[in-house]
Amino acid sequence: MSDRHQGAPSTAGWDPVIVAFASHYCAYAAADLAGVLRLQCSPNVRVIRMPCTGKVESIYIVRAFEKGADGVIVAGCLEGGCHHVEGNLRARRRVERVQALLGEIGIESERLGMYDLSSAQGTRFAEIVNEMNDRVAKLGPSPLRVARQRVEPRVVAVAATKGDPP
Amino acid sequence: MIVAERKPVSEIRDLIAPHDRVLFLGCGTCVTVCMAGGAREVSLMAAVVRMAAELGGRTGLVIEEATVERQCEILFLDPIAEQAAGYDAICSFGCGAGVQHVAARLPQTPVHPGLDTQFLGVLEGDGVWAERCAGCGSCRLAEFSGLCPIARCAKRLLNGPCGGSQVGRCEIDPALPCAWQLIYERARAVGALDRLQGVAEVQEWGKALDGGPRRVVRGDQSIADLRR
Repeated sequence: MSDRHQGAPSTAGWDPVIVAFASHYCAYAAADLAGVLRLQCSPNVRVIRMPCTGKVESIYIVRAFEKGADGVIVAGCLEGGCHHVEGNLRARRRVERVQALLGEIGIESERLGMYDLSSAQGTRFAEIVNEMNDRVAKLGPSPLRVARQRVEPRVVAVAATKGDPP
Repeated sequence: MIVAERKPVSEIRDLIAPHDRVLFLGCGTCVTVCMAGGAREVSLMAAVVRMAAELGGRTGLVIEEATVERQCEILFLDPIAEQAAGYDAICSFGCGAGVQHVAARLPQTPVHPGLDTQFLGVLEGDGVWAERCAGCGSCRLAEFSGLCPIARCAKRLLNGPCGGSQVGRCEIDPALPCAWQLIYERARAVGALDRLQGVAEVQEWGKALDGGPRRVVRGDQSIADLRR
């Protein structure tokens, strides 16, 4: 554990906030199926439907962390099965770049994950969500959340941002 | 295009450490297409540097973003000059020329570089930019069938190749093609091998940066002296 975590505020009662960018044609449909199948999914995952993971700009992921997410999932179609041909491959590269950027500033890169699944894999979607939830629970709150709590214990996740990405 | 790379986040964070309100200023031309300092990159870096500052215990830092068409033309900087009073400093994500032009337009505002400017180059493949021109001020491309030994030969040999050319590769890096191999192959392909028969004359380095900072003047572009 890094120095930043030492003396950190108690994490009792903390539930990880996880944002999932899910592609419309595969991962989002899989999430839908997981719901229809009544599969147990961690409730602390906010799913954002994207037309394709190729639409997930690096700034969307970074902004999620800046606004207080403890973990981010980018979930697209199976490689070779992207509805927009190569959007998920572009997303994979962006995820790798953002992982490096997060590492550069001291946020664990494992908090961000790229996953591929088909629309028929509702079970896999539930697994991914639970896997990320467990991983983030083990890592603890985002270092950014910890830093903010140290400054202002009541403020959990507030980011001053201006404008939307281009 | 002018090719640049972003500085490490920690370096930018430290550069702006003395300031509370900083404008991250992108440039919409060369550095946008080499994915280093356009609106997208500026937006990303602003968010990452804000987070880095917070993680370091910094509070109250405001970073806002703007991008102009070209930082190297003063007219495009006028809107920024109007806003500049609202910031303690500017971090320019233009090339070195852009940074200096922003500073010249804003004599009272600290201006820091967000990029490391690299070279004049081309997009060689997806995500790969390569140097092609050294801006030497005295172009010799015609002599070398359109390939520049000054920019592309590690030794800048005008009479190459050297003994380090191995199977078409440069001895300093096997990934680097030998510029002189390329010159020979192209000269052969375009029927200009005879141009390589003679000895190339020495370069006039006085026209390069070695001769001091350069300036290009086009008299027909100014009517200032004709105005009454």
